[in-house]
Amino acid sequence: MRSTRFWFSGDIFLQPFLWTLALLDYVLAPLQKLIGYKRMAYFFVLPNLLIFGIFILIPMLLNFYYGFTGGDSILLENRAVVGTANFEKIFACQDFTRPNTCSEDLFWRGAWNTTGFVVFQVGFMILFSLLTALALNREIHGRGFFRAMFFYPVLLSPVVVALIWKWILQFQNGVLNAFLVSLGLTKVPWLLDARWAQFWVIAISIWAQMGFFTLILLAGLQSIPKEMYEAASMDGANKWRTFWNVTMPLLMPTMTVVLVLALIRAVQVFDQVFVLTHGGPGTATMYIVQYIYRTAFEFRNYGMAAAASLVLAIVLLLLTIGQLLMQRRQEAV
Amino acid sequence: MNSANRPGIINFLTRRRGGKRFDIADVITYAYLLTGALVMFGPVVWLVMSSFKPLAGLYEFPPTFLPYKQESVVVEGYNKPLDLYDVKLPDGTTRRLAQISQIGIGARMIDPAAPKEEPIDIRIEQRTPVRAIYFEWDNYVGAVEKFPFLTYLQNSVIVTVVATLVTLLINSMAAYALSKYEFRGRDAILLIIISTLMVPVSVIMIPAFLVIAKVGWTNNLWGLIIPGAATPTGVFLLRQYMLTIPDDLIQSARIDGASEWRIYSQIILPLTGPALAVLAIFSVMWRWNDFLWPLIVVSQSELFTLQVGLNAFQGELNQQWNYILAMTVLTLLPITIVFALLEKYITSGIATTGMK
Repeated sequence: MRSTRFWFSGDIFLQPFLWTLALLDYVLAPLQKLIGYKRMAYFFVLPNLLIFGIFILIPMLLNFYYGFTGGDSILLENRAVVGTANFEKIFACQDFTRPNTCSEDLFWRGAWNTTGFVVFQVGFMILFSLLTALALNREIHGRGFFRAMFFYPVLLSPVVVALIWKWILQFQNGVLNAFLVSLGLTKVPWLLDARWAQFWVIAISIWAQMGFFTLILLAGLQSIPKEMYEAASMDGANKWRTFWNVTMPLLMPTMTVVLVLALIRAVQVFDQVFVLTHGGPGTATMYIVQYIYRTAFEFRNYGMAAAASLVLAIVLLLLTIGQLLMQRRQEAV
Repeated sequence: MNSANRPGIINFLTRRRGGKRFDIADVITYAYLLTGALVMFGPVVWLVMSSFKPLAGLYEFPPTFLPYKQESVVVEGYNKPLDLYDVKLPDGTTRRLAQISQIGIGARMIDPAAPKEEPIDIRIEQRTPVRAIYFEWDNYVGAVEKFPFLTYLQNSVIVTVVATLVTLLINSMAAYALSKYEFRGRDAILLIIISTLMVPVSVIMIPAFLVIAKVGWTNNLWGLIIPGAATPTGVFLLRQYMLTIPDDLIQSARIDGASEWRIYSQIILPLTGPALAVLAIFSVMWRWNDFLWPLIVVSQSELFTLQVGLNAFQGELNQQWNYILAMTVLTLLPITIVFALLEKYITSGIATTGMK
């Protein structure tokens, strides 16, 4: 990478940064004399660890306290300990599949919406990413161009993605409805109909993310040794059999990574939907992170929101453990 | 007919790597990829074209791809410029006339070349507007002048640049300590850092907001910059890279009397250049596109970043799509330019590290 032909070698930006750092030596060389060179290691990890501890570790621990307290004050001293009341309320349900029968019905609406989103978004995204990666892995012209086209939306912010599509899906004058009308069909209120809104939220999220997963799968495909394919063709295997018996098994480790990353990201779906539909129509596209956000920052029910985020954390933890187990099993094979 | 007899251009277009000929799988592949490229990039092109349309063009149905503006003409005796139309007259001829007024389904037209003549009354379906391709820059001017767009841009730039520098500095320091020193607690620290790789903002947003409030950083750009700077991904990536740097280099520098800080800043950092570049690109991307955290921390509109500001706009200005579209284009422009310049760096960086 260092010998890249690219005009941007990073050095243009790196050099001034390094000169500034060199000046710090006038302060830090005496410090080293004072504490000895081995203890300088603590100095090096300190800034990172401090920020990490204050803004990630402490909040992680505080989340438990919030989850077991009630009231509408965010200040810890004003919060009354309520034990497991928040969790009991979340799980007070006659029938978990029908949110209306739950006392915290919005949580379950969010949870079921999220489940549906995750299943369809992850499933179809991996399918399309794999198809695209396989296409890009063939001997084709313009591979770089196509790869860049598929990847470009990944860089766009969720807000920009949502606005691009909101404009296309406009009811009165959107280009998609114009297309329908030109085919002799009638306009569809894409974002005001619950089913269509759910469809578009999934489709747009696939549009925005699949380039990333395509790239990882493509790297996985390219790391499969050529000899494996040569051996398969010498054994007389056709393309279909080669795909199922050579490509897929060797791609499985990459697929596992992709699956888990995609799942973890899909469970946390929020910002793009927040801008596109704001959870609507009704609660059709309100997902679990938006439920937490609303409960905390709109309804000021911090305890319930923290309890819900602990449930979310457990789900994410299980997904991560699942990944570790799957990786271990694959390594053992 | 073998390939040598074919005309050169067809030969070129149907040629494949490896010199083999086209088959059905190739046709499907190209069809898929071309459709895909259209679906992926088309919406962005549509957004950019729309952002140049005058307000009237935006609400036209069916919409046109290119931005058009109705031509108008100044006619003697009328204060305002009059819109031009091609009118199909009952005698079968078509004349270019200016419209004085429209009442219901009828319109009163006049020949701009002969304003003294009697106006002509027509039905509106007889006329078609005369239009020319026109790029409406006023959308951009208005977006910048009427709204605090530049303030948001400034906030976004400050947060992105400062946060990236801080991230590079503290992550590389930590990575250096964790890769090149033996010290008590090292493995514990490493374990904690790796285990929080999977802790997203969405899980800790409530207590993290409390901590920010206690530190006094609500409505302060530091509240946006610092908390996300200690990225576990960055530490991990840089550490893995530094492990490949030989320890002998550090030993001999020590013998030469270099201080630890000097070794870190003058030897290790330059050698970590490629990994730092990858992290820098990612940090810029994370920070520029960040939404949930700024949405929680900042409530004063003069501290909004572009993303939060853009979201606020589209909530407030429900009808003013001309400004929203222009602002959206301006927001995606910087990251698009970075991508155009560094495409290879970014895609190879992601393929090797698997992070975003």
